[in-house]
Amino acid sequence: MRIVVAKPGLDGHDRGAKVIARALRDGGHEVVYTGLRRTPSEIIRIVTDEDATALGLSTLSGAHDVLIPKICAGLRDEGLDDVIVFAGGIIPDRDRESVYEQGVRAIFGPGTRTDQILEFLQECSERIEKEEPVGVGQESGWRWE
Amino acid sequence: MALGVKSSTELLESAKSGDRRSLARLLTLIEGGEELVLPNVSPWTLGVTGPPGVGKSTLIGRLVSHWKGSGERVAVLAVDPSSPRSGGALLADRMRMESTDSGESVYFRSLATRGHPGGVSYLLSPMIDLLSFCGWSRIVIETVGSGQAETRVVAFADRVMMVDGPDRGDIIQAEKAGIIELADIIAINKSDKPGASRAAESIRASLDLSSSESVPEVHLVSAQNSIGIEGLVSAIEKCSSPPWRNRLRITERLISKWDSRLILSEGLDDVLDELETGSITLDEALDRL
Repeated sequence: MRIVVAKPGLDGHDRGAKVIARALRDGGHEVVYTGLRRTPSEIIRIVTDEDATALGLSTLSGAHDVLIPKICAGLRDEGLDDVIVFAGGIIPDRDRESVYEQGVRAIFGPGTRTDQILEFLQECSERIEKEEPVGVGQESGWRWE
Repeated sequence: MALGVKSSTELLESAKSGDRRSLARLLTLIEGGEELVLPNVSPWTLGVTGPPGVGKSTLIGRLVSHWKGSGERVAVLAVDPSSPRSGGALLADRMRMESTDSGESVYFRSLATRGHPGGVSYLLSPMIDLLSFCGWSRIVIETVGSGQAETRVVAFADRVMMVDGPDRGDIIQAEKAGIIELADIIAINKSDKPGASRAAESIRASLDLSSSESVPEVHLVSAQNSIGIEGLVSAIEKCSSPPWRNRLRITERLISKWDSRLILSEGLDDVLDELETGSITLDEALDRL
């Protein structure tokens, strides 16, 4: 899979994003890492130009409730409905439901084993094969928990 | 509209009229082995290579900004190696080229070599043609010059720039390997660091010893501080390759094509098995393939 791993917003900590990027590579995926402090519109541009199948968003700043909706809506506006979006970092329990409602299919918090993310992507691939909805603009309902 | 249902002819039409998603999808199709039929085009291409960490991506970012400013449409293809073990790849060139992530006049695409010797080079030609067909007037190919096979990628460009840093001396190593002969221009980056001008001097001196009549220009630049960029751009624009260098590039392209044909040939595994047990010689193996 071609996957963009992005750091939206202002926080400057990308150890987590780098660990994920590395693990995805070792799992056989092609990973484009964006670097720090990207705006939603930059991230959408990168997903478009790289023809990515999935987008992983890492946020630790607490701004997830602003940034994630913006990015998900932007992807849909661009017609990138089939892109799979997953999130990681610090997303408090009380906010999880609203993040899922944006079209995010999985949230990986601290303590996640990297092979869980690979399993999630594997299941996404199987769903794509079966033409079941998995993208950010496709029918919600399925999520990885 | 979902791109999945569009034919490549439809994609080509919308890519030509400026739709980036269609362009991106077509590049994916080419990567997957699909052959597109395109009218004849004459792309403008620059290959950039050099050892890891000398600032190739940052320098390309500067060139991109410069060309953007003068009204060109710039496309960058950044080639990174795939992991031979997992087949995956970490493509991080674009994090050093933030100038590429906004505005309509820049397109940046990361490419993994996917285990092909000589990189993805045999796929580069159709990709370059597609970009040129879609109106991208400056096409830059970036690759890490960590070995002959990787460096070969730049042979698919019509002009080649090698980048090195102060006191690395890697480019002298490159000269030993003959790779430096591909270069039309040499940029020594990080000119603000001690040792940069000495590095430039020693490269100039060693180039002067060569018998060839057209030695590449050596430019001292600082991508970080935007020093020397104007001069470098105009040298790139002006540079012309002597016929022997073109010949060398064509040779490299041929070798890439040959390598990829070899590695994709049927029965390769069987032949490798037999080579391993020693039941056939290398010459016999080649004949079989």
